[in-house]
Amino acid sequence: MSHHITLKLFATLRSYIPPQADHFAIAPGTTVADVIRDLNIPEKDAKLIFINSVRKDRDTLLQDGDRLGIFPPVGGG
Amino acid sequence: MAGPHIRDQLTLRSVERQRPDGSAYRSLSLAVVQQLARDFDQSLRRVEQSALEMAIIPERYIRNVATLSPEDQHRLLDCSVCVVGVGGLGGSVAEMLARIGVGRLRLVDGDRFEESNLNRQRFADTASLDKPKAQIAREAIAAINPAVEVTALTEYLTTDNGPAIIGDADIAIDCLDSLPARLSLQTACRHKQIPMVSAAVAGMSGQITVFYPEDEGLAALYGDLSAAADRGAETTLGNLPFAVTMLASLECSEAVKILLGRQQTLHGHLLIFDLTDLTFDIVQLAE
Repeated sequence: MSHHITLKLFATLRSYIPPQADHFAIAPGTTVADVIRDLNIPEKDAKLIFINSVRKDRDTLLQDGDRLGIFPPVGGG
Repeated sequence: MAGPHIRDQLTLRSVERQRPDGSAYRSLSLAVVQQLARDFDQSLRRVEQSALEMAIIPERYIRNVATLSPEDQHRLLDCSVCVVGVGGLGGSVAEMLARIGVGRLRLVDGDRFEESNLNRQRFADTASLDKPKAQIAREAIAAINPAVEVTALTEYLTTDNGPAIIGDADIAIDCLDSLPARLSLQTACRHKQIPMVSAAVAGMSGQITVFYPEDEGLAALYGDLSAAADRGAETTLGNLPFAVTMLASLECSEAVKILLGRQQTLHGHLLIFDLTDLTFDIVQLAE
């Protein structure tokens, strides 16, 4: 029985958006780091991670129904 | 001696007018502000403040009312804001703060305008190319709101000169474009014990927050700062004008709320957006 999350990738990470990002299947026990690795997102670009609008670290275990957002470092002005 | 006199003149030379909702107010025109400043040898800013103390509204600020009270407007005229970086974010920030009536601005940028700035930077035009950004902004603001006292600092803020550059500013606004520069600003703000509004843009996305000296600060956004890159996704995506000016607006809104002591700000939170698919989110930075 897989879980599903809503996955939102910002800015340069948009190119890593998988099909069905709004209903993205994960195995129970999947962490944020697992998702980053599975999608081939470069480590250095996955700086700001938030789950259900709260900043979390990459070791966080994902739950069914979570809304995961990943934002790369941005610095323009 | 001048005190009672200027009050008499303000009463005599202000006129009753109506706001669009029909409410009445006493209005003071720009020409009268300028005349009284000459007659009483006072700054335009001081004349405007004297008027506001009598609930007479300089006409140039009437559309700030009633979202801002005369007391709020008076307080803004007392405030000093340090705008660090006078490019895409900073040019629009400086303009908006001048228009709303922040009394003193310190504009900091060691850079000169170049052609690649023309897509988004408020004071970049074909005539200002190769000219110092801070100085051009000061001249433009003098034409927009001459009551604002602008100090143009045509140098880059560093860890060494940071406290002197911030001077007596009540708040600093990060309009910079690199992480090392932001870190220098954060260090200076902590030294001076003032809050910092910080924003960054890449392409059609951006982020903005408010840091106080005791906060985790930029490390909350960029992770281990010693290992972080100097620049981010904007090196690939560029900076689009509407994303930049939107962030500039948000920075001004947060700065004005902080200056006026209003409670609901982004402190402890990061507002992020991506205009590509119209995503807006406010993220809690610490649990």
